[in-house]
Amino acid sequence: MIPELGHFALVLALVLGLVLAVLPLVGAQRGISTWIALARPAAQSQLLLIAFSYACLTAAFLGSDFSVAYVANHSNSQLPLIYRISGVWGGHEGSLLLWVLILSLWMGAVTVFSRSIPDPMTARVLAVMGMISVGFLLFMIFTSNPFERMFPVPREGRDLNPLLQDIGLAVHPPMLYLGYVGFSVVFSFAIAAMIQGRFDAAWARWSRPWTNAAWMFLTVGIALGSWWAYYELGWGGWWFWDPVENASFMPWLIGTALIHSLAATEKRGVFKAWTILLAVLAFSLSLLGTFLVRSGVLVSVHAFATDPSRGVFILIFLGLVIGGSLLLYAWRVPGIISHVTFSPLSREGALLLNNVFLGVLCFSVLLGTLYPLILDALNLGKISVGPPYFDLVFSIIGIPMTVLIGVGALLRWKKDRFSRVHTTVWSLGAASLAAGGLVPAMMPFYSAAAGLGVAAGSFVVLLSVWGVLDRTRRGQRRAGLSATPGWFYGMTCAHIGVGMFIVGVTLTTVYNVERDVRLGKNESYVIHDYEFVFRGTSGGDGPNYRYIRGQFDVYRENHLVTRLFPEKRTYLVQQNPMTEAAISPGWTRDLYVALGEPLDDRDTWAVRIYYKPFIRWIWAGALAMALGGLIGAADRRYRRKQSSMQAAGSPGTA
Amino acid sequence: MMRASRKRRLVIAGVLVTGVSVAVLLTLLALRENINLFYSPSQVVAGEVVEGSYFRIGGMVVDGSVRRNPDDLQVSFDLTDTAETVTVHYSGILPDLFREGQGIVALGRLEDHGFRADQVLAKHDENYMPPEVSEALKAANRQPYAPAATGGGS
Repeated sequence: MIPELGHFALVLALVLGLVLAVLPLVGAQRGISTWIALARPAAQSQLLLIAFSYACLTAAFLGSDFSVAYVANHSNSQLPLIYRISGVWGGHEGSLLLWVLILSLWMGAVTVFSRSIPDPMTARVLAVMGMISVGFLLFMIFTSNPFERMFPVPREGRDLNPLLQDIGLAVHPPMLYLGYVGFSVVFSFAIAAMIQGRFDAAWARWSRPWTNAAWMFLTVGIALGSWWAYYELGWGGWWFWDPVENASFMPWLIGTALIHSLAATEKRGVFKAWTILLAVLAFSLSLLGTFLVRSGVLVSVHAFATDPSRGVFILIFLGLVIGGSLLLYAWRVPGIISHVTFSPLSREGALLLNNVFLGVLCFSVLLGTLYPLILDALNLGKISVGPPYFDLVFSIIGIPMTVLIGVGALLRWKKDRFSRVHTTVWSLGAASLAAGGLVPAMMPFYSAAAGLGVAAGSFVVLLSVWGVLDRTRRGQRRAGLSATPGWFYGMTCAHIGVGMFIVGVTLTTVYNVERDVRLGKNESYVIHDYEFVFRGTSGGDGPNYRYIRGQFDVYRENHLVTRLFPEKRTYLVQQNPMTEAAISPGWTRDLYVALGEPLDDRDTWAVRIYYKPFIRWIWAGALAMALGGLIGAADRRYRRKQSSMQAAGSPGTA
Repeated sequence: MMRASRKRRLVIAGVLVTGVSVAVLLTLLALRENINLFYSPSQVVAGEVVEGSYFRIGGMVVDGSVRRNPDDLQVSFDLTDTAETVTVHYSGILPDLFREGQGIVALGRLEDHGFRADQVLAKHDENYMPPEVSEALKAANRQPYAPAATGGGS
């Protein structure tokens, strides 16, 4: 009975979505205030219905109701509680339900945090989001119903994919979806602005905190995915340029461009048309990401769904959303011309260049991801585009970009002179080069590439910190610090994150040591100062798997540093072997041990031993970026009630 | 005044267009240099592979063909598309789901005694057959490949 109720709630939510998509929009155009007033309650009721439906599916998981096909395929009576909750989004249908739930949550947030926005605008925004929800609800109800019953009822479920039975991957999809779907808010603001035909700075101002928040979630989601791949897939890499990773990275790149472009549009009224286009692109790429992962067009670890009818539906939906919004763009936008000028050497100029870099990066990822698919679809051969391509493009564009991040943030709006900042740039540049020269000298061998990366990362960090100090130089420091607006701290934090990320990536790439070795009991292997001694294995039982657990004692200068216990697991239901690596994390290095396979019956094993220097900086950097996004989104300025005219006319402060 | 700002715009636009074109050109060049083609064992035996090129090969691991060197981590196995067979050499730890009878993809190049793999990929699904492999099998054999036949039901 409960699954039927959940299904019924979805159908009701669809009806409500149709109402929401039409009436408030017409009301806003015609000035019918009762129809405008409908938007908030309709969105809130839809949220309640979808949340109820989601609760029903969760209840089916908790109660192991295997008469529901989706539960039978993704759960098991032995599955631990936490993975029953996360199992709800462990497959195609459930993750769609999560997608729709998150869309509803964003809509609910818009109804609450839109007090400073005129009601007709809110109504339009909610109507556009309502349209998106209709598309996804139709998709779910007609092609991917999570509540479908199954007869005869199996006695036991097929279990959740063992790869997904992990806390990192349990949290990864909701974060990623919060980011993907979060871009629907700024998308809807852009569409609403186009429908209304007003492109003043107001829409940019309203969109900024939403964009920041969505971008923050996406950043955390991608970082979690990378971290999970690192410890769970057992290969020790943190990014594979897998199409599924690229699918989430593209909206991130465009979202990053959007954040910067929105700042220029809000403060200075420039790049208006471009910002609208970016908002459309960011959400379109999020949809493309969903499509790539969910339609089965890609084949990779993440692609669980392989039903082509679903792919066709998403493709049509994608075409409608992207095509429709681009048509609207072509129709409404050419009229807008910014009457604002700026010199190439100004913050606007730097932001423009930033957008160009990010755009080119996104284009290169799109090309590398879709090119093999297109060739394959046209029967022109099967190719794959490997990491060397992406690594090359990103390292070529990365270096000038770091210079830009550092210098650009120092520049003033409208017009600046390099002579104003040149002392800072040259002296901190020299300090960064010195850091780049010194750090590799402390590593096992000297590498110019590592030096360059450390210099680039330090340059970003030093200039960002200097930016804060610069603001507080005149007058009292404390007063200066509190007068500095929140967005500036957000930007500084995010840029420092970029610097940390660059340092982490460079040092890990250059100095990581990966060894596959053959180790018998009490034999050892040495990497740098670390001696890994294999103490043999023992077996045992987990909640829903059997394991063989190895013990490794790691010594450094004859002192025990850590004991590592990697496992080889066999999950009982699906009989899949799984490697659980054991990792000793640290700020300057991770030690990573994974069991390969037994080589004889005397406990001799093929063992993977990795030394990964500074790899934590990659995720720490990503978290700092996300924190920057959060600080930016929480800036009090956005919540102040301010008329759109005022915002449009106010000159930016440097 | 007007003139100056127009000139400035022209400069910005010019720089942007040149920059973007150069970037796109470099990207395309990088792409051309870094593409890995896929070949089936039949194509390899027929000599379709350009000598010395780095490519992907896919097929089914022949039952009983996995030979491990007892002293180090050298391993070799035969890869087949049911028509032809190529021996693959690899040094290191094979992925969790590498099994005899399983479809896999290997990345590397040809040498005197067969294929030297840098990377062996098997996907985390016992019923999964890489699409290239299942197509190669279909092309090589009249019998279409049914993934469930070797995977073992679950």
